[in-house]
Order: sequence, then C-alpha cells, then structure tokens
Amino acid sequence: MFLVRVLFNLNKQWEKSFFFIYQHYIIPGNFQEALNDGKFWLSMKHSITYLIVVPLIQIFSILIAITLNRKLKGLSFFRSAYYIPVITSMVAVSITWKWLLNSDGLLNNILVNFGILDTPISFLDNPDFALYTVMFVTLWKGLGYYMVIYLAGLQSIPAELEEAAKIDGAKTWQVWRYITIPLLKPSILLSSVLSAMAALRVFDEVYVMTGGGPMNSTIVANLYIYETAFTKYRFGYAAALGFFLAIVVGIFTFINFKFLGGGPNYNE
Amino acid sequence: MNKLNMYKFKRKSKRILLYFILIAIALFMVGPFLWLLSTSLKTPGNIYDFPPQIIPDPITFDSYIGVINQMDFMQYFYNSVFITFFGVVLNSLFSSMAAYPLARIDFPGKKVIFVAIISTMLLPNTAGLIVNFLTMQKLNLVNTRIAVFLPSAVTVFGIFLLRQTYLTIPNELEEAARIDGASEFYIWWRIMLPLIKPGLLTLIIFDFVAHWNTFLWPLIVLQDSSKYPLAAGLEYLQGTFSYNFRFIAAGTVISMLPMIIVFIIFQKHFIKGVAGAVKG
Repeated sequence: MFLVRVLFNLNKQWEKSFFFIYQHYIIPGNFQEALNDGKFWLSMKHSITYLIVVPLIQIFSILIAITLNRKLKGLSFFRSAYYIPVITSMVAVSITWKWLLNSDGLLNNILVNFGILDTPISFLDNPDFALYTVMFVTLWKGLGYYMVIYLAGLQSIPAELEEAAKIDGAKTWQVWRYITIPLLKPSILLSSVLSAMAALRVFDEVYVMTGGGPMNSTIVANLYIYETAFTKYRFGYAAALGFFLAIVVGIFTFINFKFLGGGPNYNE
Repeated sequence: MNKLNMYKFKRKSKRILLYFILIAIALFMVGPFLWLLSTSLKTPGNIYDFPPQIIPDPITFDSYIGVINQMDFMQYFYNSVFITFFGVVLNSLFSSMAAYPLARIDFPGKKVIFVAIISTMLLPNTAGLIVNFLTMQKLNLVNTRIAVFLPSAVTVFGIFLLRQTYLTIPNELEEAARIDGASEFYIWWRIMLPLIKPGLLTLIIFDFVAHWNTFLWPLIVLQDSSKYPLAAGLEYLQGTFSYNFRFIAAGTVISMLPMIIVFIIFQKHFIKGVAGAVKG
C-alpha cells in the first residue's frame, strides 16, 4: 500500500515518469481489445516463428567458430571478414539483400541461367517465402556476432581436455559431442537468450525489406506495435500490445534458462 | 609413398580443404557487399548483364557524384557525425557516473536499483520508443537532432558494462586515496576513470556502431528528412530513388565506409569487446 502511495505521488510530481504513462494510457479496455485483435496475434505468431533462427544461428556459428579455433595463418582476416555484416547497419544489409534477391537480381539471374529455376522467384514478394527470406538475412547478419561469442567460449576450454580425449582414442566428432559442446553450454545459453530476445523483437529488417507485406505475411509483433503507435497514434493501445510482447519474451528467456542453465561453467 | 609422406600429404590436403571452406564462408559474408560495390561502379547499361560483371567494365563514379549532388546526402553524413559524437560522449560520461556508485559505494537499496535498471532490458524496444516519443513531445524536442541522441544519453548496457569493469578494480587504491582525504569526485575522476579505460573503450565502440546505424528512432522523432542520419536517409532514398538502384548502391557504400574504416583500425577491440562483455 505504501508503495502504491509512493508511486502515486511520484506520478503527480513527475509527469514524464513511466508510471504516468502506464496509469494514464493503459486501461483494461486496451487489454480486452488486444486479446481480440486478430492481426496482433498473427504478428505474434510470426514473431514466434522467427525463433527458428535461434537454433540455426547457434549451429552455424558454432561450426564456424570451431573451424576458426586453431592456429592458422590469416585467422584474424577471416574473423574480421565474417564480422563485417555485424557492424553494418541493418538498413544497408537489407538494401543489399533486397538487390540480390529481386526477381531480376543476381541470385535469380544465376538460378535461371543455370536452369535451376524456370522463372525467377521474387523471394520477398511471395507470401510463402517472404518471412523465411527475411529470417535468412537476420541469420546471415548475426553469424559473425555469435561466432565471436563462441570463439571466446572455445578459448576458455582447457586444451588438455580435448587432447586427453584424443589420446584415449576419441574420434573428432566424439570430442565435439562429449567435450566441446557440453563445455560450451554457458556460451550457448547466453547466445540463445540474446538471439531469442532479438528474434522476438525483430523489426528493422522486416520494416526495410517487406514492410510487413505481402498480404501481412511478414508482419511481426514489433512492426505492428510500431504501426499502432506511430502511424495510428494509438500510444496506449500500442503500450498494451508491448506488454504482451514483453511477457512472451520473458517466457522464452525463462525456458532458455530452464533448458540450458546449469552444468559445468568453466568461465567462472 | 612412405608413411611419413602419406601423413604430410594428408595434413596438407586437410589444410587446403580448410582454407577452401574459410574462403567460401568469407565470400558468403562479404560477397553481397562486393556485389553492391560493383553495382555502384557500373554504367546504367550493364547492371543486369549475364554473366554478371564482377569487376565492372567500364568503371564509373557517376553514381557517387549523382548521389552527392542530387540529394542531401552530405547533410545526412553531417547529421550522423553530429548525432554519433554527442551520443557517444554523453553515454560514456553518464554511464560511467551512474555505474560508479552501483559498483563502489554501499548505500541502501543499491541492489533493488540495479535490478530495476537491468530488468528494463526485457521491455520491447517499441514500448520504449513510445515513452521516449511522449517525453520528447513534452520537452518540445520533436523534430530536433538533439532528440535523436538524448534518450540514449545513458544506456542500461553502458551502466552494466562499466559496473562490471569498476568491480574489477582492487579496493586498496580507493582506500589509500580516501585516507589521503581525496574527495569522492577526485577518486572517480583521477583514480577510477583511468582504470576503467578498457571497458570505456568497449562501450565507445559499441555505442559508435549503435548511433551510426540508428534508424528507427530518427524516423519517428524527426519529421524533416534533411535532419535524418545516414541509415534513416538511406531508407528514405530507397523510397524516392527506387528506379535508380546504382544511386542507392553508391549511397549505401558511402554510409558503410566510415564504419568499415573504424572497424579495421579497432578490430581487436571490437572482437575483445564482444568476448569481454560476454564474460562480464
């Protein structure tokens, strides 16, 4: 009760505070409306579909990190090359890929001329592919970032462990399966949490590449919230939708910790 | 072939295969940008040629001249520099000030405050944008460049990162200064700040990337497209110049260049920053 009064006073004195916005703009009506908003739940479904990126990005970035994690000439060159998409703005990345994936773009050009396709596919204009195409670009841009996390994780694994296993006659894949991957668990947890949060909150690439279309096939929760707030100027309703999205992000973060948390941690 | 040669041969072919894979991945990661660069250097006639011209013939800089002359492109560039400079400076300053007591001074409610700060990371960014937009409206700052960097003048990530860095500093230094009668401000400015330089550098690099690439928030808070930073300007260009992709390609290349130069100079810090922030 005391806390409520404190908050109430705070809000009286300091109108710009968060509590003010939540008390004055979120009303039960907004939540009611949110529950019955078909387009919002469609966008939520797409955001959750977007989580497919999470396991894929772990697999590919772990593979790249393992490939890179050895004494090698030109190692820092490759590492930097793989990192360039990470530092590039999502707008530039989206423009680049849009250009490659156009119906008259390079990719279609190659596929058609080599006879793999009869007619060009417009990857981003086809409701069946568009969402997966955007997901692919997200995956591509993120690989370098998670690769660096995994490289750090790999370097913290004592080399003796893998050597000992090899001396005992373990095959390469056995070393990975029973030593490398289990010891990478803390890195996997961290990367999964980060990438799941990013996937559920995806916005930029969808906005630039498809704008939610065609036929709402790529509308994601954050994009719908953005439209509600800044093209319809319904701030209160958008905040209510944001609340639902925050709950979903919280649930998936919890699941990640539940499944991947625990186990040996060599980073501490 | 004797056994030793056989072993050497196997090793060598393994190496070659490895490099082959690494180069293939590199092409996959950098290739799209090279293709963009190549497009920006082509004449209008040969951008749809097959087989595609990887190295354009003839090479022309027309698109670059066009994009600079016909649009506010240099204005976007200047806006980006302005926003990035103030954003990075303010965030480094305020985050290092906010993180200091959270790491080094005991006061009641410290843990609660820290958890409250960190938990805002769970909120979806659009919800934050709504709050920020209403705040900027109340402050009469909508459609100013100040509004672009003000909401990120102190960030949760910055506080978290620098708090972790402050925690690594041994107590003895601080105690010695206190015994000598140094003021809190003196301790922070002369002893602590120099010691958190690595963390600060990481923050500056991350923040530089974030501000240089920011695009959604400027799109919301700015109404004049002449105030847009580069990324937002590019998105705007894409709408108005969609018929002339060479111009968009040239604009995109210009927008990427400063970032790539900074990356090449500081690449070790970029990599260390990610790896270090992870361990922290």
